[in-house]
Amino acid sequence: MKRALPVLAVLLGIIVMWYLATVWMNSAWVYDQAAREGRTVTLAELIPATMAQDRPLLPPPHQVAAKLWEGLTAQAVTSKRSLVYHGFITFRGTMFGFALGIVLGVGLALAIVRFRVMDLSVMPWAIISQTVPIVAIAPMILAVSNKVGIDGREVPKAIIAAYLSFFPVLVSMVKGLRAPDQMQLDLLKTWGASEMQTFRKLRLPASMPYFFASLKVAVAAALVGTIVGELPTGAVEGLGARMLIGSQYGEPLITWAALFASAMLAGLLIVAVTGLERLANAKMGVRA
Amino acid sequence: MSAGMILTLGLAFWLGAWALNVAIAGSRAGRSGLGRAFVPLLFGFTLLVLWEAASRAGLVEPVVLPAPTAIAARIAVSTDILWADFVQTVLKGALSGFLIGTGAAMVTAVICDRVPFLRAGLLPIGNFVAALPIIGLAPILVMWFGFGWQSKAAVVVAMVFFPMLVNVVAGLAASERMQRDLMATWGASYWQSLWKLRLPAAMPFVFNGLKIAASLALIGAIVAEYFGSPVVGMGFRISTAAGVLNLELVWAEIAVAALSGSAFYGLIALIEKGVTFWHPSQRN
Repeated sequence: MKRALPVLAVLLGIIVMWYLATVWMNSAWVYDQAAREGRTVTLAELIPATMAQDRPLLPPPHQVAAKLWEGLTAQAVTSKRSLVYHGFITFRGTMFGFALGIVLGVGLALAIVRFRVMDLSVMPWAIISQTVPIVAIAPMILAVSNKVGIDGREVPKAIIAAYLSFFPVLVSMVKGLRAPDQMQLDLLKTWGASEMQTFRKLRLPASMPYFFASLKVAVAAALVGTIVGELPTGAVEGLGARMLIGSQYGEPLITWAALFASAMLAGLLIVAVTGLERLANAKMGVRA
Repeated sequence: MSAGMILTLGLAFWLGAWALNVAIAGSRAGRSGLGRAFVPLLFGFTLLVLWEAASRAGLVEPVVLPAPTAIAARIAVSTDILWADFVQTVLKGALSGFLIGTGAAMVTAVICDRVPFLRAGLLPIGNFVAALPIIGLAPILVMWFGFGWQSKAAVVVAMVFFPMLVNVVAGLAASERMQRDLMATWGASYWQSLWKLRLPAAMPFVFNGLKIAASLALIGAIVAEYFGSPVVGMGFRISTAAGVLNLELVWAEIAVAALSGSAFYGLIALIEKGVTFWHPSQRN
């Protein structure tokens, strides 16, 4: 309770500010309408009128919540209007990209820790790869994969998501696999352990806390990548596509609902990965 | 030359470069600064050579993946377009948003530091928001601020604010108890202690935040252009050129984006080296 109170207070403050901003931003439209009909608006009329517009500049929180609820529950989850359906498409893309990113990150980390030449040649490029704005390449990946005959957007989306999510895994795994100190390595040497045994019994277990800590960052990055992959040029499915559709057809409520749905999805993913981390840590005897 | 010959030459170059890199990495030269710079450069150059060879040998269609030399030629003839796009997207959109967003985050972090209640409330929210796909705000902000660079800057501000805030708040807590007590025994005021001890101690965190923000800034500025822009800008050029499969121009823009992203990041890393020279991570 003691920790929740400040958070709740700040949230409340944000909502209050949001309502004030709603009145301020949407009032222009109300005044416009009134001027056209030749009447004046009092403040008492103005406030309700800013709260219930069809195409508000800034929808008030309750309007967004209503739209979100409608999107989640008002139709079958398989309907193209359902946010659950679009959320699932985005979730699937995120998972493909996440898995690909983990494989890539762990694989590169293994090679980098094992071979000094890989460390010297690949690591700087891995860092540079993250300073390259991937979204610049997104439309390109989409155009190319269409051209070479990959139907749909699953593969390009997964590539973009993997591009963003492999990096945190790579960095943490390199750190984790190098975590055992000289004393521990020497001990295994005195026991005559082979390189493979050292890897399996010392390096791999030592890297696990690093691995799970990086997954939280990686899953959030994969979600961002998936949504970016859905944004440009004519996607029809997924939360990113809903945001785009809302903006193209001048339906801001659709965009807002999709935005909050993606925030919920991000929250769920992070909670799930954190749970996985706790489980793994408990199983491996890490004290919290 | 026949396709097979080009491919063989490309592969031979690759094998040779690999052997050289392995030799350097294993020798004493691999520990020197020169060796450390040479190995990754040769690796990158080898990838370009392989790409060129695959393209010339007809393994990939030029329509799909133009050869590096074709892209370089394209860059050479369209410098004026590329420069105009660079100014619009990087200088006007990304840089102004980066400065406003990180500046606002610094100020907010100091306020949070002054008001512990606010910090306790804002930090969990900031941590959560920093993991959200804020990029989705782009269509809304473009609707609010119009098609010009202002909306791009707004997207960048929204994207960099929370990651930066979280880092600076963590940094302001980084000085040690003993050091803070020492300042107190000298009778230092809050601002003196902040200015002389806690802000300098926070610098590694601040630069970490700035580095994250630097990559986010370019992403934000480019994505926002997909939702509407004047007929100039990297995002605009990339999406329209990719639409008509003018991939050489797309790759030219990507090269510029990659270079400016890396240069931006490198510049921050360089400043960091000068400012946080005392930190263990900077000393070898």
